[in-house]
Amino acid sequence: MGWLAFSFLLLIWELGSRLNPALQPYLPPVSRILSTLGEVVLSGQIVSHLMITLSRFLQGYLLAASMAVILGTVLGYFRLAHSLFEAVIEFLRPMPSVAIIPVAVLLLGIGDAMIVAVTVYASLWPVLINTIDGVRHIERTLIDTGRTFGLNRRKILWQVVLPAAAPYIVTGLRISLSIALILVTTAEMVAGSKGLGFFILDEERSMNSSNMYAGVILVAVLGYLLNRLFLLCEAWAMNWRRGMLARESI
Amino acid sequence: MRESRLNGLLFFLGLLLLWELAAQAGLMNPLIVPPLSRILRVFSELVWSGQIPLQVLTSMKRAAAGYVMAAIVFIPLGILMGLSQSVYRLLEVIVEMLRPVPPPVMIPVAMLFFGLEDEMKIFVIFFSCAWPILLNTLDGARNVDRVLLNTARTFGLSQWKIIWKVILPACSPQIVTGLKVSLPIMLILVVISEMVGSTDGIGYFILDSQRRFRVAQMYAGMFTLAILGYTLNQLFNFLYKLLMPWHVGLLRVKDGS
Amino acid sequence: MPLLEVQNLSKTYRQMGGETTVAIREISCKIQRGEFVSFVGPSGCGKTTLLMSIAGLIAPSSGRVMVHGKEVTGPPPNLVLVFQDFNKSLFAWRSVLGNVRFGLEARGNHSRQAEGKARSLIDLVGLNGFENHYPWELSGGMQQRVAIARALAYEPEVLLMDEPFGSLDALTRLELEDTVLKLWEELSTTILFITHDIEEAIYLSDRILLLSQRPSQIVEELPIDFARPRNQVVTRAEARFMEIRNRIYQRIRNEGAPL
Repeated sequence: MGWLAFSFLLLIWELGSRLNPALQPYLPPVSRILSTLGEVVLSGQIVSHLMITLSRFLQGYLLAASMAVILGTVLGYFRLAHSLFEAVIEFLRPMPSVAIIPVAVLLLGIGDAMIVAVTVYASLWPVLINTIDGVRHIERTLIDTGRTFGLNRRKILWQVVLPAAAPYIVTGLRISLSIALILVTTAEMVAGSKGLGFFILDEERSMNSSNMYAGVILVAVLGYLLNRLFLLCEAWAMNWRRGMLARESI
Repeated sequence: MRESRLNGLLFFLGLLLLWELAAQAGLMNPLIVPPLSRILRVFSELVWSGQIPLQVLTSMKRAAAGYVMAAIVFIPLGILMGLSQSVYRLLEVIVEMLRPVPPPVMIPVAMLFFGLEDEMKIFVIFFSCAWPILLNTLDGARNVDRVLLNTARTFGLSQWKIIWKVILPACSPQIVTGLKVSLPIMLILVVISEMVGSTDGIGYFILDSQRRFRVAQMYAGMFTLAILGYTLNQLFNFLYKLLMPWHVGLLRVKDGS
Repeated sequence: MPLLEVQNLSKTYRQMGGETTVAIREISCKIQRGEFVSFVGPSGCGKTTLLMSIAGLIAPSSGRVMVHGKEVTGPPPNLVLVFQDFNKSLFAWRSVLGNVRFGLEARGNHSRQAEGKARSLIDLVGLNGFENHYPWELSGGMQQRVAIARALAYEPEVLLMDEPFGSLDALTRLELEDTVLKLWEELSTTILFITHDIEEAIYLSDRILLLSQRPSQIVEELPIDFARPRNQVVTRAEARFMEIRNRIYQRIRNEGAPL
């Protein structure tokens, strides 16, 4: 039934746009947007932008994820490290990551390096905070269990601490996924010359609204697919949680 | 625990001191990382001259407008969707279609309609804050305890009264969560929208300072943003404790068990 | 030589305000190989502290624990502790089989036969068929069985059990008491058992050591020589069973504290 409502909405859009030519530069008919989408995809024009955005996203996200998990584990596991850096983290956290864009431009100019750097910075935080949280709040009994079985500190870290903190880490990774995409597109809009973010803005400036909407749709689809891919990986890696979560949601 | 906080604070101050010394010793490029003292000086100048407060106010006006509008529209909508299966199924697809759009991407769309005016930013913030507010409210309304609802019905309350007196308070924790999560989103988006398409506001200020190579000013702006983010959060928590003290206690008990 | 010896063990905790609490003071005892010894005492008397110190998880303030004549300075390799809070001790990310295999892996056994051994242990504790279940899917009693199987997979000489059945219902407790006895007889492990349930201690043990209120000391030692194998109906019906139980109960009540 929801599809009915959605299609109905699209129908109103289509008719409203076709019947009202003055509206068309702002809100072109759905059919035209879709055909434009088909054109730009097939012509490969937008595909290069898509690939660039995707590559920056992957670099930024994966780099941030690995750094943050390592750093977060260290800060969560070693009380000294945590107490030292606590204040620094608390100070930097409230600042919106996007504010780092001008600094990055200053340091790295305009281009891939800047965009990836900005993405890394922003994507670090959710994973870092969640990892620290997960590692810090591990049950004392769990660690004592590892100890009573004769495990040394390193083994406890790998075999007890990290699996136990995994749910928290995954939550952070999921949040960072959307953040990374947001930052890449934003950086491309603010100071880029390629990529989907730039494309959308550029088409808007040239008043090519159909192209612009096509770009928006593409970004949304990208975000959706990335999300589903993540959920798939999560389900595969953490199938022991699936049952627990299902029970909790009843 | 106090001792560790002191450690952290000392370490942090130590880093700041290191920054200052390194900058003064010429170890860092002043065009990229000026001395901390200069940044603080510029910051206080800009605050006293009213520049920074002006920019902050401008940004906050837009942000607040978008935020409040999102709350006014999407809290009732969320409750409606949470309570009524048919409404939910009607709107479900539309919501799922719009959700994956990263909010900044809506900026050019908004620019198409509103140009570089305030309305553009307000719309973008409205759009971005929509989802956390809507989804959390929906979740809260959906999960209102059956027992609570039946209790209200036994007292013979009308549907409208039930919503107002039972459901709304019952899912207010979830609503608050949605509002709380939307707060940083609001801040982020007002900054982004000002960086991409504006001629004033704190976001524009930071970017503009960078473009004119007024580097100390740029950092001063970022510092302002950090303070702003922190203040908004504290303000929110304060209002929350003031208006919903019963929930604070409830959470504490839940955590205890 | 006794397998395990506790020599003048004391533990004092220091709190944040600077106050100190003496949990146990000058406890000494000797445990022979193959014994089943229970510690019984009022709640809060430091039984857990004692067991954790013996297990090498807590460092004593003074005195020492000797295992095979060697002083304990960390978790000894031939000793394992089963915790009271089994749901905080079991690994949620491993299945029942995985948890039990952990005990073997900790011993260094990663081989193919390890799986077979794990399965036989799971069978021994009565969880046949649940190998691929995850802890959250099991009842409390079953979870504790997994914890016990995991501990036994480690092949410890000494098994320490900290009120293992404390959070379970009465019927499950009786079942598990018999399970533990069966395991003890089959595997000839030495067991140190903590419980606040007097009758459980009498039913299970060769010897009971009574602990006083904080600062804990051993106030009495009772040998228990009912015939083995013990039986929930027969053994508990013996007249002497109640005598001993009343004696212990009185003794603890005189300490002026709840059990």
